[in-house]
Amino acid sequence: MTDSMISANPLAIDRRRFLAGSAAAGAGFALGFHLPGIDPAEAQKAGSVPEVNAWVVIHPDDTVVVRIARSEMGQGTLTGLAQLVADELDCDWSKVTTEYPTPGENHRRKRVWGDMSTGGSRGLRQSVTYVRQGGATARAMLIAAAAKRWGVPAGECTAADSVVAHKASGKTLRYGELAAEAAKMPVPTGVKVKPQSAWKIIGKPVKRLDTAEKLNGKQIYGTDLAMPGMLSAAIKACPVFGGKLKSFDADKIKAMPGVRHVLKVGDNAVAVVATGWWQAKTALDKLPITWDEGPNAKVSSASIADFLKEGLTAKDVIVAAKKGDVAAAAKAGKTIEATYDTPFLHHVTMEPMNCTAKVTADRCEVWVPTQNGEAALAAAVKASGLPIDKCEVYKLHLGGGFGRRGAFQDYVTQAVLLAKQLPGTPVKLVWSREEDMAHGFYRPITMCKLTGSLDKDGNLAGLHMRLSGMSILHQHFSHRLSGGMDRLFFQGLLGDELGYDIPNLLVDHALRQTHVPVGFWRGVNHNQNAVYKECFLDELAHLAGKDPVDFRRKLLAKAPKHLAVLEAAVKKAEWGKPLPAGVHRGVCVQAGFGSYAAAIAEVSVSARGRLKVHRVVCAIDCGTACNPDQIAAQTEGAIAYGLHATIYGENTIKAGRVVEGNFDTYEMMRIDEMPHVDTVLVPSGGFWGGIGEPLTPLLAPAVLNGIFAATGKRVRTLPLKNVDLKRA
Amino acid sequence: MISLKVNGKTHSVDVAPDTPLLWVLREQLGLTGAKYGCGISICGACTVHINGEAVRSCVTTAKDAQGKEIVTIEGLSPDSSHPIQKAWAALDVPQCGYCQPGMIMAAAALLKKKPKPTDADIDTEMTNVCRCGTYQRVRAGIHLAAKNGRT
Repeated sequence: MTDSMISANPLAIDRRRFLAGSAAAGAGFALGFHLPGIDPAEAQKAGSVPEVNAWVVIHPDDTVVVRIARSEMGQGTLTGLAQLVADELDCDWSKVTTEYPTPGENHRRKRVWGDMSTGGSRGLRQSVTYVRQGGATARAMLIAAAAKRWGVPAGECTAADSVVAHKASGKTLRYGELAAEAAKMPVPTGVKVKPQSAWKIIGKPVKRLDTAEKLNGKQIYGTDLAMPGMLSAAIKACPVFGGKLKSFDADKIKAMPGVRHVLKVGDNAVAVVATGWWQAKTALDKLPITWDEGPNAKVSSASIADFLKEGLTAKDVIVAAKKGDVAAAAKAGKTIEATYDTPFLHHVTMEPMNCTAKVTADRCEVWVPTQNGEAALAAAVKASGLPIDKCEVYKLHLGGGFGRRGAFQDYVTQAVLLAKQLPGTPVKLVWSREEDMAHGFYRPITMCKLTGSLDKDGNLAGLHMRLSGMSILHQHFSHRLSGGMDRLFFQGLLGDELGYDIPNLLVDHALRQTHVPVGFWRGVNHNQNAVYKECFLDELAHLAGKDPVDFRRKLLAKAPKHLAVLEAAVKKAEWGKPLPAGVHRGVCVQAGFGSYAAAIAEVSVSARGRLKVHRVVCAIDCGTACNPDQIAAQTEGAIAYGLHATIYGENTIKAGRVVEGNFDTYEMMRIDEMPHVDTVLVPSGGFWGGIGEPLTPLLAPAVLNGIFAATGKRVRTLPLKNVDLKRA
Repeated sequence: MISLKVNGKTHSVDVAPDTPLLWVLREQLGLTGAKYGCGISICGACTVHINGEAVRSCVTTAKDAQGKEIVTIEGLSPDSSHPIQKAWAALDVPQCGYCQPGMIMAAAALLKKKPKPTDADIDTEMTNVCRCGTYQRVRAGIHLAAKNGRT
């Protein structure tokens, strides 16, 4: 197979356009993928423009290219990171554009761009220091270059809007005129970043840098990639997790239109490679396949539920928090017990998993929408068997991530294993929606039995949370366990995240692992834990005959940031003020990913049991707000994502595999169910918290508590589609 | 050979007549704006206009699209100047953006049918799925475009 097999696509994009960009100095390697505002011919010439430093390239026309190490998947990180660099650089924001350095380049340059992974809402908060430093250093070098040219002390020069000025002489030079010289200046160390009071771009609701091409169809996603000689592939892996591919009958489909190859991929999958993806998928659907399903084929949702239930009273537990004596507290006053559960949950990115790979005897190249370019590179190295310096990953814009495209690069492994069998041919592997649903890394299934006690004054005296179920770290990352404990499993329930001052507290976990792969789903374990903690607190408030907000206020006396977001939400939502007939409120407080948040949902339930969420007020303290409008966008999106999960989201297991397939069996939420979201920003300063994830977990508890207020029914299982909300 | 008129230009394509229009647009004509999301006409990422109506191109065959006026996101306006596109830019509607070509085509068709749509109209007509949850801004964007109209 060679490049002579040209794709039918007459507009197949010249590979050079993708790779053309501002070259990393010294590497002779083009990095960027598409520079908005610069035509491809110009971008190709740009290879000769040296960088000022790793973060900043400035073209003669003053265009500033900010290098972005993290991945953009809709969350706005690309714009936010550019704001951080551009502000310190004192450049003209209207001329800022961005590009991704490649993971291979990051490796060659000893990780000059730091961690490229984009998960855990870390995009800004964990790179803020060094990217601002990068911008400030580049600015200092531009000033030094101007000072040198003018023969004046650098201290007499100032910079603003991409111009260096020398006040005494009235001289000015544009950044575009200085960049080449600046690149040769010694790199200063310890350059001070601006105080917040001097920010001009950080903290402002500037428009996203990546919107224009999303409005006219020009934005290229992984699934859109086309290159000369490319073939497309559809794949099926054994539907039972852990099962293997036994055999397939390629002869039955070889004559079908467009089909070129039918190939085994790893030990558990088979792919059809064709001239077009539709042809590949159509043929794959007709391919007779025999699986070796293995022992997991006996597992079902019912057997998993029994397994987890047993954990609720088991003795083999991991104790995460133990304070005082919950048993003694339970004897002193009123005590209640309740058991909650949450299901497996798929990410459902709009763009299915995909990856394009081209492998030759001495080179492996991968084009992929990924949240973790370095993990993609590692997967390419392993699957190709080539050394890391023979492999490269080009990151593409993601059609959604939500955690699915981060820690696990299974689609990269598959694409490389496939392309390896067709040396020199680029192969674009795209999963069907059904394949995507069948092979996720699902939000872990857990259950929680809660026992809570009030003292004689109706205050919370003791709380025991017994969790049972699956842990992501135990399944995939045992090296990240601390003393045998998956600390992430307890997100939101411990220490500073918990916030509530509970005199007697016991949080323990009966680890119950199944064969179903679990992973990081937007908000991770905060989602399940917030339901357990916040709904049960509501039960306790009700038992105490107290207002749910007042009950929480008292417990948050020593947690000022939690309390402040609660108060901000209460104020905006006018908690206590009557709503229209039938509309009721539910509240939730949850801190995570370095941020603090509270939500109040306004819900009604019709006589026939139909839920409507009218409005959600979300208050958030992320310490420092880089782009308030994008924080609002993330809040709105998080509420939608959380609401879909609350109403519809559930993956069930039958005969060892996921039952749900396409959107006919996995219902989606549309605009008619979207509540109005009011975002209240209360950044308290002094720290940077995450935004992408901390708000998702708030929705379910706020809605469930609102349902109780509306109906008197406690819903302790999700999703709501399985629950009859009709008043008793 | 099948003859298709897309964005004002006529193309002859050599595909099986039952090939979904989506894949002809994407793989034969290089118009990748319309997206594959589900392939069963539910998510709407593949929405294009056929004779002015919003249609799911993943379940429309090439044969059935013959002789009709097909408009894709690439042909909605020459310079992103359609009122929906302008409103979308003003409000920064897209997040990941994958569903947005379909969302924009659906919204444009709605405005054509109902120049001043109510919230109830939007709830009924906008059946596209967005996983980033841009719905609040989609709604605001439609109202803004309706207000600003064609310039």
